[in-house]
Amino acid sequence: MSQERRMRPAEPRASAGTDREFSTVSGMPIDRLYGPESLGPDWRFEERLGGPGEFPFTRGIHPTMYRGRVWTMRQFAGFGTAEQTNRRFHYLLDHGQTGLSVAFDLPTLMGRDSDDPMCRGEVGKEGVAVDTLADMEALFERIPLDGVSTSMTINAPAAVLFAMYLAVAEKQGVSFDRLAGTLQNDILKEYIAQKEWIYPPRPSLRIITDLLAFCAEQVPRWNTISISGYHIREAGSTAAQELAFTVADGIGYVQAGIEAGLDVDVFAPRLSFFFNSHNDFFEEIAKMRAARRLWARIMKERFGARDPKSWMLRFHTQTAGCSLTAQQPYNNVVRVTVQALAAVLGGTQSLHTNSLDETLALPSEASVRLALRTQQILAEESGVTNTVDPLGGSYFVEALTDRLEAEARAYLARIDDLGGVVAAIEAGFPQREIADAAYRYQREIDGGRKTIVGLNKYVSEDATRPEILKVDEAVERTQVERLRRLRAERGAGAVRASLDALVDGARNGGNLLPLMLDAARAYATVGEICGALVPVFGRYREVSFL
Amino acid sequence: MSEPRKLRLLVGKVGLDGHDRGAKVIARAFRDAGFEVVYTGLHQSPETVAATAVQEDVDAVALSILSGAHMHLFPRVIELLREAGAGDIPVFGGGIVPDEDIPALKAAGVLEVFTPGTSLDAAVEWVRSHIRPRRVA
Repeated sequence: MSQERRMRPAEPRASAGTDREFSTVSGMPIDRLYGPESLGPDWRFEERLGGPGEFPFTRGIHPTMYRGRVWTMRQFAGFGTAEQTNRRFHYLLDHGQTGLSVAFDLPTLMGRDSDDPMCRGEVGKEGVAVDTLADMEALFERIPLDGVSTSMTINAPAAVLFAMYLAVAEKQGVSFDRLAGTLQNDILKEYIAQKEWIYPPRPSLRIITDLLAFCAEQVPRWNTISISGYHIREAGSTAAQELAFTVADGIGYVQAGIEAGLDVDVFAPRLSFFFNSHNDFFEEIAKMRAARRLWARIMKERFGARDPKSWMLRFHTQTAGCSLTAQQPYNNVVRVTVQALAAVLGGTQSLHTNSLDETLALPSEASVRLALRTQQILAEESGVTNTVDPLGGSYFVEALTDRLEAEARAYLARIDDLGGVVAAIEAGFPQREIADAAYRYQREIDGGRKTIVGLNKYVSEDATRPEILKVDEAVERTQVERLRRLRAERGAGAVRASLDALVDGARNGGNLLPLMLDAARAYATVGEICGALVPVFGRYREVSFL
Repeated sequence: MSEPRKLRLLVGKVGLDGHDRGAKVIARAFRDAGFEVVYTGLHQSPETVAATAVQEDVDAVALSILSGAHMHLFPRVIELLREAGAGDIPVFGGGIVPDEDIPALKAAGVLEVFTPGTSLDAAVEWVRSHIRPRRVA
C-alpha cells in the first residue's frame, strides 16, 4: 500500500455504518454534518438566541448562570413513616444537599388514608405516608421551614398537603411569606401520563386557580405548579412529545388562571417546569433550550405577559428513571452522569440524579450519596459551569433546537384544533400518542435497532447486586394504628365543622385554600378532606384503551 | 379435530399504581401475537380483577405491578380466584419485583414473574408454551 493511499482520509464504506440509520433515542433522523446551511436563511442570532437572561432565553434565564450560583441539588426522598423520611432528610442536608424534595406514598398521592381498603400493601412503599398534620409535623421535625426550600411531589391532593405544610409553618412561627418551595400540583399530566387523579379535569383546575390566587397574596415565594414533562417521558413519549404536552399543560393553566380573573403577570412568574433528561445527550440539551424559547414566545405573544419573569421558563430536571437497567446496575451510574451533564448544559435550575438501584427498589443511602456526588463532581470538578450555554452556536445543537420547537408547535396546533388541552385529554389524544411511541421504542430495543448496554448488547452474567432498601411491612400497621389513635383523640366537632365549611365553599365558589387550612389545623385527614369534595366535584374515570 | 380457540388473556392493573406503560406495551404485544386481550384499565381492586377474569372467561391473568405492593396483591388475586371457583386460571405478571421476592410469589401460586428487561417476544413465547385454553370453545 502506497504512502499516498494511506494518507488519504478513509472512504466511507457501506459496512462502516453509512447504511445504518442515524437517529436520536426519539427516532429523529440526524445528518452526517451540520453547517450554516442547516440553520436556514431566516436564522438570526438576536431572534433565536439573544443573550442569557434576555428574551427568548434560549441561552438560559440568568446572565451569569452557574458562575453566579450552581443549580440546586435536590434529591427526591421519602419512604415509610414520616420519622424515617425525616431521618433521610437530615442525612441529605448533612451531606451538602441544598433543598428538600418529598416523595409521598401512593395512598397519599391518591388522596386516600392509610387505612382505606384500597391501600392495603401500599402504605409507605413508594414514598412517605402522610395522613394528617401530625405526620407533616413529624416529617419536618427539627427542620426550620424558613431555612430550606421544599419541593413536594403531590398532585391530585396538592392543595391539601400544601395546607398541612402551611399549618406546620404556623406551628414553627414561620410566616407564609418566608416559605420557599415548589408544589408539583400538575394535575393535567396526571390524566396524560402518571394517572393519579381524584376529580375530573375541570373542578381540578378550579382548585388550582384557587391556589394560584391564594399564593399570589400570601405565599409569594412559592412555586405554585411544576409543569411536568418528566412523567410524560417516563410513560414512553418522545422528546418532542414531552416538550409539546408539557407546554400544552402550561398553556392550560395560564388560560385557566386568566379565565378565573387573575392577572397573568401576578401568577405566571411562579410557574415552573420539570423535565426528564434521557440518554440522547444533544436531543435533551436541544429540548431544554427549545422549551425556554417556546414558552417565552407563548407567554409574550399569546398571553400578552409583560413581566419578563412571566416569560422565563425555570425548570427542575430528573435523570430518566426509565433508562436505567436492572442488568449490570453499575452501568446506571454512567448513564446518570451523561444525563445530568445534558441537564446542566441545557441550563437546569435544579437537578435530581437517579440512584443506580432505582429499577430494583427504593435507593439505599450509599447509592443516594453516589448520585449526589455525581452532581458535585459535575459542578465543582468538570469545569462545565465556567461559561454560559457552552453549546450555543453549535450548528447541530441550534438546528436540533429549532427542530424540537417546530415539532412541539405542530403538536400544539393539533391540540388547539381539538379545543385545548383538556378537550385533547378527554379525547385521549396525548395518551394515545405516548402509548404508540412507547410500543415503538420497546420494539426497537427488542429488535436490536436501539442499543441498551447490558440489556440487548454486551450482555454478561453479572451477579453483583447492590444492597437494596426494603420498606418494612410493619410500616403499614404502625401508620394505621397511629391514624386510628389520632382519630379517637382529636376534636371530632372541629373536624366536622371544617369539612362542612369546605363543602359549602366548593359549592358556593369561595377560595378553597383557607378552608383546607382550617381542616388541616383541625387534624382532618387527607382522605376526609379529599373525600368531602367528591360529592361536589365527582370522580374522574379514565376511558381506557390499548 | 377443532382448532384450539385463541388464547384469551386479562392484563390487569391492580391497586393504586398508575404506571401503565408496561401493561399497555405488553397488552399490545399479546394482541399483535394473536391473543385476545382484555385490559382492565387502572386502579382496579383485586376483587374487580378476579371477577372480571371469571366473567370474561380468560385463560390467564397477567398483572403488572410497579408499586412495591406485589407481595399483597398477587396472592390476594389468586385467593379471590380460588374463592370464585376459578383457581385453575393461571396468574403471572411483571413489574418491579426484587429477585428475592420471586420464590415466595411462586409459592403463593404465581406461575411466572417477569422483571425489567424482559423482551416482548420472550413474554409472548412463554405464554405460548405455558398457557392453554381452559375449555374448548
